[in-house]
Amino acid sequence: MNRIMRRFLVSGVAAASLVAALPATALAEAAPIQVNEDIQVSGDYDWTRFADEHITLNVYNWGLYISDGSDESVDVISAFEDLTGISINYTTFDSNESLYAKIKSGGANYDVIFPSDYMVGKMIEEDMLAPLDYDNIPNMANIGSEYLGWGFDPDNTYSVPYMWGTTGIIYNTTMVQEPPTSWADLWDVEYAGNVLMFNNSRDAYAIAAKKLGLSLNPSSVEEVTTVMQELQKQKPIVQAYVMDEIFDKMEGGEAAMAPYYAGDALTMIADNPDLAFVSPTEGVNFFVDSMCIPVTCKYKEAAEMFINYLCEPSVGYQNCDYIGYSTPITAVWEMLDDDLKYSPIAYPDEEVMQKAEAFVTLSDEVNSALDQQWSEMKSYDENGNGWMVVVFLVAALLISGWNITRKMRKRMRDDY
Amino acid sequence: MNKHHSRLLQRTYLVLIFGFMYLPIAVLIAYSFNENKSRTVFSGFTLGWYKSLLHNEMILSALGLSVVLALVSSVLATVLGTLATIGIHSMSRKSQLIINNISYVPVVNPEIITGVSLMLLFVLCGRLGIGGDNGLFGWTTLLIAHITFNVPYVIFNVAPKLRQLDPSLYTAALDLGCTPRQAFFKVLLPQLSPAILSAFLICLTYSIDDFIISYFNCGTMQTLPIAIYSMTRKKVSPEINALSAIMFLVILGIILISNAADSHVYRKNQAAIRRDAAGQKEVEAA
Repeated sequence: MNRIMRRFLVSGVAAASLVAALPATALAEAAPIQVNEDIQVSGDYDWTRFADEHITLNVYNWGLYISDGSDESVDVISAFEDLTGISINYTTFDSNESLYAKIKSGGANYDVIFPSDYMVGKMIEEDMLAPLDYDNIPNMANIGSEYLGWGFDPDNTYSVPYMWGTTGIIYNTTMVQEPPTSWADLWDVEYAGNVLMFNNSRDAYAIAAKKLGLSLNPSSVEEVTTVMQELQKQKPIVQAYVMDEIFDKMEGGEAAMAPYYAGDALTMIADNPDLAFVSPTEGVNFFVDSMCIPVTCKYKEAAEMFINYLCEPSVGYQNCDYIGYSTPITAVWEMLDDDLKYSPIAYPDEEVMQKAEAFVTLSDEVNSALDQQWSEMKSYDENGNGWMVVVFLVAALLISGWNITRKMRKRMRDDY
Repeated sequence: MNKHHSRLLQRTYLVLIFGFMYLPIAVLIAYSFNENKSRTVFSGFTLGWYKSLLHNEMILSALGLSVVLALVSSVLATVLGTLATIGIHSMSRKSQLIINNISYVPVVNPEIITGVSLMLLFVLCGRLGIGGDNGLFGWTTLLIAHITFNVPYVIFNVAPKLRQLDPSLYTAALDLGCTPRQAFFKVLLPQLSPAILSAFLICLTYSIDDFIISYFNCGTMQTLPIAIYSMTRKKVSPEINALSAIMFLVILGIILISNAADSHVYRKNQAAIRRDAAGQKEVEAA
């Protein structure tokens, strides 16, 4: 209850300060605008000021990370186009790293991008993001305060939270003796060959670090080495390092436990009721995917309008419903079904959140050590199937030798 | 080993090979009718994914881009490549060798190198002010990139056919009063057309397939493979299964129709030859 009270209080205070800042617009409460049957937006915002300018915004988001009209969802993008007359060129990426590479290479100019926490930090450090003008994003007041002010962007100068979540263990209740409670259970030899693991260095590292009681943001190369040794120890137990394959493997009962994102765990549990989710006691990773504007943006004010639109409660609700991750918008949370609203998976209690840690940007040295040791860890083979190489080599030599002698014999025969 | 056994072995081998080739596609098509999103549990039959595919603007626009890009780049690459082949053919032996080897490099080069180097080139062009404020990236760069990696395939498809042709055919056409242009269009091109067509089809497939080179050169556009790849953090949507099933059937349809047309033409030709031969005999008999 405490947490919920806090939400109300905070959004109230934020709204009050907004009233103080913008008396003229906020005092006269205009009627909300109904865009279509499911989407209505606030009436005291000038949505149509770019209607005649034929602007196209380039939006770059995670794949399947917006309610786009597929699978009987509401198409929030075309609703925005109808509302504002701005067209959206919507494209998608698969990881923070490919987003970063794309923008850094200069191969494309985007207007709105959706990096996660640590990537926001990295891009701020490298001056790739433009500070936001919150006069154009009044809906920032809708965002709950617990999702603001994290280490990667302490004053939210550059980023507005879009979706958030935590990591945890998803497990098959019919395949485990006792429900797991801690990350250390992923090291339990009893489940050898039945454990899946993140196939991405940062998330996998976080788990091993938390198990050892360390921060998931290493500060030195030595720290990375210690944690990687822990991952090395886990390797014989791990069935596979996976990302999206986890859906099929867990739903199909091919593995007993796997760490993954809470929002996706909800999807898997809906498909296979034998599955369950736990937030491990050592503490979890809290992640926020944020909305940012790169410095190369052409139409910054229009981009801010798009961000403001995505923070509208009715839009946020559609997105939250489609994606299944947790929403940072207080009003959206209030609209959810009670099942989801009080779900300990999607909105974990204070205890979990207090121990949760967000990623921050690592120094270049630590980051490259992490990447390098991660790939070494994955390619290193303890049992050493090295003799297989020798067998293949010998076989290849034998075959070619046989071929050569055959040819020679043939030639000798032909000579006669 | 007796005859019966070896027959059995042959059959098993064939079944295995075709199994490896077509089972994955069969599974993919089967799961496009699956009611839930899972790729392991089959819960019931539905056409819902096909319906929902028709409403998914992102996938459809990516598909549209891929198809238009493939068509335009293949047509241009085929024209360029065919002209290049004819040019190369009339060079001296030594320059032929050199040019052929140079055009072979992009084929054996890993795609990633082609992709990144093209991107760097386009970034440089952008810095030099070519392409205006927006830079080149987008449709232009995609098209240039696809033509670039397609041209060598055309050259290596058409060149062997050209080498097989009797060089005196062209001279004979000139002797019989053709202008060089007529000789090219009426004699050379019809002879080359099967090779040109197959080159065009190869370009089409490579272009629709291409991920790596497009990935680096697409700017803010998105081809189908890129759209699919970006779904891998969440779960690739079964709409993609539905789309793949449709594409597979369309391609199968094209192959069947073109084969039927081919055999029709062949039978007609054979009949004409037989008729001619019969006519000749009659003349001789008379």
